[in-house]
Amino acid sequence: MNKRAIDIWVGFFVAIGVAALFFLALKVGNLLNFKEERNGYELMIKFDNIGNLKPRAPVKSAGVVVGRVEKIRLDPQTYQASVRIHLENQYQFPRDTIATIFTSGLLGEQFVGLEAGGDTEMLKDEQEIKKAQSAIQIEKLISQFMFNQAQSGATASASNSGNASPSAGVKP
Amino acid sequence: MSAILGWFAGIGERTRGAIARLGFASRFFVAVVKASGSTFTRPRLLIRELYHAGVLSLVIVLMSGLFVGMVLALQGYETLVRFGATEAMGVLVALSLVRELGPVVAGLLFASRAGSAITAEIGLMKTTEQLAAMEVMAVNPIARVVAPRFWAGVISLPFLAALFSTLGIYGGYLVAVKLIGIDGGAFWGQMQAAVDWRYDVMNGVIKSVVFAFAVSLIAVLEGYDATPTAEGVSAATTRTVVTSALAILAIDFVLTVFMFRGSVNG
Repeated sequence: MNKRAIDIWVGFFVAIGVAALFFLALKVGNLLNFKEERNGYELMIKFDNIGNLKPRAPVKSAGVVVGRVEKIRLDPQTYQASVRIHLENQYQFPRDTIATIFTSGLLGEQFVGLEAGGDTEMLKDEQEIKKAQSAIQIEKLISQFMFNQAQSGATASASNSGNASPSAGVKP
Repeated sequence: MSAILGWFAGIGERTRGAIARLGFASRFFVAVVKASGSTFTRPRLLIRELYHAGVLSLVIVLMSGLFVGMVLALQGYETLVRFGATEAMGVLVALSLVRELGPVVAGLLFASRAGSAITAEIGLMKTTEQLAAMEVMAVNPIARVVAPRFWAGVISLPFLAALFSTLGIYGGYLVAVKLIGIDGGAFWGQMQAAVDWRYDVMNGVIKSVVFAFAVSLIAVLEGYDATPTAEGVSAATTRTVVTSALAILAIDFVLTVFMFRGSVNG
């Protein structure tokens, strides 16, 4: 094979290789969104329980992704989970915003939901969202449900036996 | 008593051999890097090797990528459909390919397709005393023969791995969206939401660069160090493929532990 053909093939190879890298970065990795995210600001939230929230989980407001969870650690003084979130600059939230941990679907990923309040002052970089609602733990829900069920079952059986005893007395 | 001593002596000998081999490999690596100047000032040789290592590996890597992506989507569907989470198909395919399968499988294919060829070529050059002849003519065989092949491998593999991932994602898209009928918007949208370019894509690229150095060094080293007989060259070629495969998998484990441990612990 002559030199020119080899040059053409190698040039073609390198070009599609670079194109593939760009495809991975832009189309798959969404590099453009990432850049927007970088010039944002960070807020702190303290939750009693974060459930399965993980770093890089989305932060949503009204269902729209407005930022990402940056870092999660345990506050050694209060034994609360201190979650650091990164928000895009174009989204500003009032100071009485409520942060809640939601689950998308029954078994889906967990995310932080922000509900804007009515305060006129906006949250600034490194400030804390004071109102936070912990993740719903499915185990707690189930145990609560079972407990209620058992309780109502017990009262029902007690009233049943109360009703049943006279009839039992009638029976031979 | 002497049997036990002999057993220990065996272990010691093997350890010494392994360390000596590692030392030889690192000295050889330094020698190759030192002799690489002419590879980049006169890129004619490098381009010829890029053609042999990169362009000729294209077909196998692209076809494998396409099929791996398609199989990934088919198998992923089986699991995801049970949880009603078929929209996460894009995430599954993209993350598996970009983080692991792209660099690893492309590296294994590259080791068997191009690495073995490099070893056989250099080994045969040594057997037919071409390398010795070059030295007689005051041509450094490491600069003339080894360095271009080494750098061609280092440059080719990251591109091949990226192409593998790209074709794999396209194959996954074909099966998931065109064949199974998952919503195309959800496929790309969830993928873009979940794949971080720095965390996932760049770490995958870093992996493929590390594999490229490892496989290329093993290939040229085994060829240069081959016993100059027909059997020696054949044994060296086999060693290249086996050592490269083991090196890729072992390095991949170590790199994965360091790169992606954070996401597991939360």
